[in-house]
Amino acid sequence: MTPVLVIEGLHVWFELPNHKELHAVKGISFELEPGERLGLVGESGCGKTTAILAMMGLLPPTASAAGKIILDGDDILAGGDTTMRPHRWKDISMVFQGAMNAFDPVKTIGSQIQEPIVKAKLAEGKAARLRTAELLELVGISGSRQDRYPHEFSGGMRQRAAIAMALACDPKVLLADEPTTALDVMVQAQILKLLVQLTDDLGLAMIMVTHDLPLVSQVCTRAAVMYAGEIAEIGTTHDLYHKPLHPYTRMLFSATPDLLAEQTVRSIPGAPPRLDQPLVGCPFQPRCDSALTVCASEAAPLRTGPDGHRAYCHLKDTA
Amino acid sequence: MTEPLLQVDDLVVHYPAGRKRVVHAVDGVSLTVAPGEFVALVGESGCGKTTTAQAIMRMAKVTAGTITYSGCDITTFSQREMRPIRHEMQLIFQDPYESLDPRFRVRDTVIEPLQIHGVTDNREERVRAALERAGLTPAELYIDRYPHELSGGQRQRVSIAASLVLEPTMLLADEPVSMLDVSVRAGILGLLEELRKSGLGILMITHDLSTAAHYANRICVMYLGRVVEEGPAHEVIRNPQHPYTKALVSVVPQPDPDRATKPQILQGETPNPVNVPSGCRFHPRCPVAEARCQNEDPQLRPAGGDGQQAACLLI
Amino acid sequence: MSVVDAPMTPLDEVRKSPSRLRSLLSFLRKHPQAAIGFVILMLFVFVAIFGPYFAPYGEREQVGPIFGTPSSAHPLGLDDGGIDILSLLIYGARVTLIVGFAGAVVAMLVGGSIGIISGYFGGKIDNALMRTTDYFLVLPDLVLMIVVASIWGRSLRNIIIIIGLIYWTYMARLIRAQVKVVRERAYVKRAQALGATHTRIIFRHVIPQIAPLLLAQTVLMVALAIFLETAISFLGLGDPSVASWGKMIETAFSRSAISYGAWWAIAPPGIAVALVIMAFNMVGTAAEDSLNPRLRVSHLARRHFRLRPLPDKEPPK
Repeated sequence: MTPVLVIEGLHVWFELPNHKELHAVKGISFELEPGERLGLVGESGCGKTTAILAMMGLLPPTASAAGKIILDGDDILAGGDTTMRPHRWKDISMVFQGAMNAFDPVKTIGSQIQEPIVKAKLAEGKAARLRTAELLELVGISGSRQDRYPHEFSGGMRQRAAIAMALACDPKVLLADEPTTALDVMVQAQILKLLVQLTDDLGLAMIMVTHDLPLVSQVCTRAAVMYAGEIAEIGTTHDLYHKPLHPYTRMLFSATPDLLAEQTVRSIPGAPPRLDQPLVGCPFQPRCDSALTVCASEAAPLRTGPDGHRAYCHLKDTA
Repeated sequence: MTEPLLQVDDLVVHYPAGRKRVVHAVDGVSLTVAPGEFVALVGESGCGKTTTAQAIMRMAKVTAGTITYSGCDITTFSQREMRPIRHEMQLIFQDPYESLDPRFRVRDTVIEPLQIHGVTDNREERVRAALERAGLTPAELYIDRYPHELSGGQRQRVSIAASLVLEPTMLLADEPVSMLDVSVRAGILGLLEELRKSGLGILMITHDLSTAAHYANRICVMYLGRVVEEGPAHEVIRNPQHPYTKALVSVVPQPDPDRATKPQILQGETPNPVNVPSGCRFHPRCPVAEARCQNEDPQLRPAGGDGQQAACLLI
Repeated sequence: MSVVDAPMTPLDEVRKSPSRLRSLLSFLRKHPQAAIGFVILMLFVFVAIFGPYFAPYGEREQVGPIFGTPSSAHPLGLDDGGIDILSLLIYGARVTLIVGFAGAVVAMLVGGSIGIISGYFGGKIDNALMRTTDYFLVLPDLVLMIVVASIWGRSLRNIIIIIGLIYWTYMARLIRAQVKVVRERAYVKRAQALGATHTRIIFRHVIPQIAPLLLAQTVLMVALAIFLETAISFLGLGDPSVASWGKMIETAFSRSAISYGAWWAIAPPGIAVALVIMAFNMVGTAAEDSLNPRLRVSHLARRHFRLRPLPDKEPPK
């Protein structure tokens, strides 16, 4: 299958007030097949949210980007905002972190979902209302409730409405930034089920950004583990859990309590490096439990496994 | 079993919600925490777990029921009478970014409890000892810093150090790790576990069953102001009796993608505690509810093994 | 347990919190308008303090004809009593500034404490205090001024009290709103859980947190107070025994300086009042701006980022 989205060597820098620069995303590359669900995991500050904001072309003016974002064969990053704009919402759309709290309290849910439809000139007036009702039904809300105000919806329903809004222009790729944080476990389960169903039914490809490994294991088929702006490891969720090639992936799993397993939960000592200064060697080396001497001085080489399993690590055996 | 440190009996906290309506935040909760015991109070938002903790600290008005601390009924204590209790029982807050005064150095934050309780001897040593006990070693490295110079995990440790400096017998932790990165959570929870081993009683409020399963000795599951199931952590997780607990356990995401879970997803969301359903308060969402569940209000009774209890008519 | 979460820099490398003077200087560098205002203010303060030492003539000394025109001996001319206007202006600076500061401080103390008590305790206390504030808020300023001046008499002290009475309500509402926010902070809750007294919490946690705002508002209020003092004096309700700028304008008017064509009796005090008010405003608004949380850019707003070539040494990822 030809991938719907290819990211090639994507970099993002932020200008800092003190004339320094923060290299937030350091040349990440991956492919997304149509209908695939890919997880993007990592600790806060690892660049996962910045990476998907770049794919939406929603970086702030202090940011600069380089690399390729290839959608259906075209590099849409090549012309900056000019080439990104026509695809935003129409081909790539996004559910923002805390989207359930982002609705304007004085406008009805329906009118807010209609906004991107009308803006993209897909429908108007009655047709737009019909489309909105259809979208709400799609996410499990009765279409007749489109004239309700955000405060009349519970948190879970508002999150469903936010997903409906992201689907308004029939995108090919859905980016979801922490779609279930701040939701209760039961509602989280409902939303995850909905996302799985939607991507299956609509053939929609999804990138889900989260800090929660078990979520990715349950929802996604593949995942990329990010650390310090780089992809440390990418592969199927099965391989990441059972045969991790990067110690970071293994240590992240052992820091996550597993409800049913009698494992010892271990925290990872130290903290991620600062990204406003150049790094030498493997960025994870200071926190790694199996670091070699070479790790401190040389950039980690690529290690590969079956099914497109890639990791950047000096270790020769499985982590 | 040793004498409980904290005993809550039939605690009720109601407060007015305007227009003569009443929020049934906590509606008959009983629980105990023994010295050296780690109890987790688990539930979704709005189930009353935080209000329970606030009532125990006497920061929320108790409508009915009793709170006994070390054999002493503190339910009707005045704020003045509460002072020695506040010396013994310490609260750890959820948000390490908010719970430290940004203008206070670490030393000032940790010394504050000593000032409030008039402890004047060896303040400096006590502060250092508390910091090192909270895992901030060597203390010199941290003592003169401001919160903005510390990471989230370090701030939470400072917060814990401030709770330890009075050498309390009990800690109440309200979601102590939910704002922290996964990689440092285990460190904070391991610290709480060590404190428990050294004899402290710990009551942790959390929405995360996996965390509760790993660190708590006992788990109390709350739903809409009630404890619906209670028992040894292992039993509650492996052998849940109440339909709500069963559903809750089933929807926790598993890290192993091959471990196929059959999530039993309940419809809707926790109802508003203003309109509590009749009978069993879980019946509108219960997958196995019968007609009598609408009328009879179940009480906790032994179910499963090893002192486990559940409040369901069908067991 | 010795788990260290982040690499720590040695303590001596930790940024020392800047001294008060240093932080004032850096504030003035970042806000040029505040710097200009500050310089003007310092000038007036200097004049107010040391003026009597270098004023060319005495405050009540008749040195020439009534409404004498400006000349090299009297650059700003003479007033209706033949007194040198420049000297009067210099003497008046002291009174004007004192009244301005004192009035603002009274408003800050009264309004600030009521705001803090109201915001911190909430509930019935809050209700009672806020209703009282509303009463004062709807009292017409002019009537209050006339009533107080006619009952208690015309004195500097009474002018200060009137200014305090008129402006404390504004301060109280503003501070109350801020305190309500601070009160909900977790560290305040923690102090409560520890059994700290209200006094301790207010003085250790609440006041330090709102102090910068209190200060900025007080500076702005000095400008308002000076304006009010001028107005009160102009209406003839000022202290007859001291020379303030407001009183200079008032006497010039009542002795028909205009029909004499003696603009120099009115313009200098008017300009001085305007300058001082402007200076206080410049400093105060800059301080207020820098304390206000910046507006956040919305996610959905279109924003332009830049493109740049790939770095030379392309990492293999």
